[in-house]
Amino acid sequence: MKEQILFSLKSLYRESMDIKGYIFGEGEKSVCIVGSMRGNEVQQTYICSRLIHTLKKTEERGEIGKGKSIMVIPSLNTYSINIGKRFWPTDNTDINRMFPGYGLGETTQRIAAGVFESIQGYKYGIQFASFYIPGKFLPHVKIMQTEYMDAETAKLFALPYVVIRNPRPYDTTTLNYNWQIWNTKAFSLYAKQTNAIDVSDAEYMENSVLTFLHKIGAIEGEERLFGASVVVNDSSFVSVHAKKGGFFLSELNDSGFVREGEKLAVIVDPLSGEVSEKIFAPCKGRLYYSFPSSMTHQGTLLFRIIPD
Amino acid sequence: MDGQKNKRRISIVTGTHGDELEGQYVCYLLNRKIKEESEKLNGIVDVYPALNPMGIDTITRGIPGFDLDMNRTFPGSKDGAVTEQVAYDIVRDLLGSDLVIDIHASNIFLTEMPQARISEETANSLLSFAENLNIDLIWIHAAATVLRSTLAHSLNSQNTKTIVVEMGVGMRITKRYGEQLVEGIFNVMKQLDIWQGEAERLKKPIVCKDEVDFINAPVSGVFLPCVTHLTKVEKGQPIGDILEPLTGNILSRLYARQAGTVFTLREYPIVDEGSLIARILIEGGRNA
Repeated sequence: MKEQILFSLKSLYRESMDIKGYIFGEGEKSVCIVGSMRGNEVQQTYICSRLIHTLKKTEERGEIGKGKSIMVIPSLNTYSINIGKRFWPTDNTDINRMFPGYGLGETTQRIAAGVFESIQGYKYGIQFASFYIPGKFLPHVKIMQTEYMDAETAKLFALPYVVIRNPRPYDTTTLNYNWQIWNTKAFSLYAKQTNAIDVSDAEYMENSVLTFLHKIGAIEGEERLFGASVVVNDSSFVSVHAKKGGFFLSELNDSGFVREGEKLAVIVDPLSGEVSEKIFAPCKGRLYYSFPSSMTHQGTLLFRIIPD
Repeated sequence: MDGQKNKRRISIVTGTHGDELEGQYVCYLLNRKIKEESEKLNGIVDVYPALNPMGIDTITRGIPGFDLDMNRTFPGSKDGAVTEQVAYDIVRDLLGSDLVIDIHASNIFLTEMPQARISEETANSLLSFAENLNIDLIWIHAAATVLRSTLAHSLNSQNTKTIVVEMGVGMRITKRYGEQLVEGIFNVMKQLDIWQGEAERLKKPIVCKDEVDFINAPVSGVFLPCVTHLTKVEKGQPIGDILEPLTGNILSRLYARQAGTVFTLREYPIVDEGSLIARILIEGGRNA
């Protein structure tokens, strides 16, 4: 394992922020794995630290694919992680809206540019991403619907779903999009959790990446996950929003599946204690997203379901 | 407000960022004058003083609860999270206006001279309005630098003409800028035949495209300017110093690389490496 500082930023009073990459094997730039870009992406950083730990042992056993190299960057933003803030500590900008970056520009543009220079040229790029609204997700791999997308390769992660997403205007400045423009096949992996560690989820996501690495020949050894992925377009997902604001009391079952008409939650008026809304599943399917908080605003997205 | 006779419509929007308050005074002055002289109204003036009302009420730049920049969520989504639904509905509401003026106040870090920002691809249709807005500068951006998730881009790409105005600084109100812009808005309303009277060129703005030099902090530290906002500087003139209080050292002295006017200046002293310190309008920007 080689440790390399990819970009360094000096601060007025804090220790310098060194963005480190951990490199395994030698030869063709095979896979680059990027962890957190936001300060609340604790689970994403944790998964990468597990991968580094595992790949170090894999390398010691001589099981990195011959002539291939893998780089893992656990975090691009330790300054924000350090203070528990999602975006950049001073100007609140998002590093994942700054790609491909600009070396002479503003701070987060410089970070993006500095890192992007080091992570170009890899055949595959994996990013542990998170959604801006808090909540629990069904673990999945997401790819953008561009001319470069490759759903078949995305299936090699052996996660239950490969979700195809139509790019939104802001997507053109994300790492995933720019990786693709620069000829790296890019995949965004969404873990169940974001701002706290869920060990079994982390183990599952780690095994998914190791399975992928094995299938493309970047590592040797055993596959960890088995099973076929279903490719779905997120435009087919069914959203459930709150019609009322108030206490949100989830009544979800533990299976991850919902039946049409099944009661999912109630919203209680926070002053009178009356149930102001009962929420039922509009269709049968797999639960993709669930709202985590105890209080909801009117209009909040509470559930998203992948319909059967 | 609806003047009944003419159905032409101008929309004034502001308060997308909860820490940008310059537009609050503009809306107040605008509403006051329309009420006082309602007989001159000859069309529709829609005033949206707070696209992000919770942000303004809570001194929060982004959308409270989401830590999200509202001006990176457009055009939104009917079916998405609540922030995306709001963005979607805002766009639906504004579409069809003859002109939208989207007023911003920089942020807490930078002070700006009153200026319109328009993209190269919309310059043809927007320039004649921007020139009458009584502002100091029209800055035309190259297409590649246009952020596609802004309100202005969403509206312009759906054929609703939208001009972004930037002026002043976050968390403050600069009265003279507000008064200057309101005069310009009434002038444009005359141009659109929404307000009675003949439009006139009040202030001739400088139109610039690439004639802007950016000065960014080469190191992190405490920035102290040695020029004031809107100073005309010579090539090589000092702009300010980046200091290190811990050692008493000057970490970097920043100089103007070109002669011109400091139209953007760092207001907030703490800087990271890369933070924008100043923009200089290089001498020779053509007059409109």
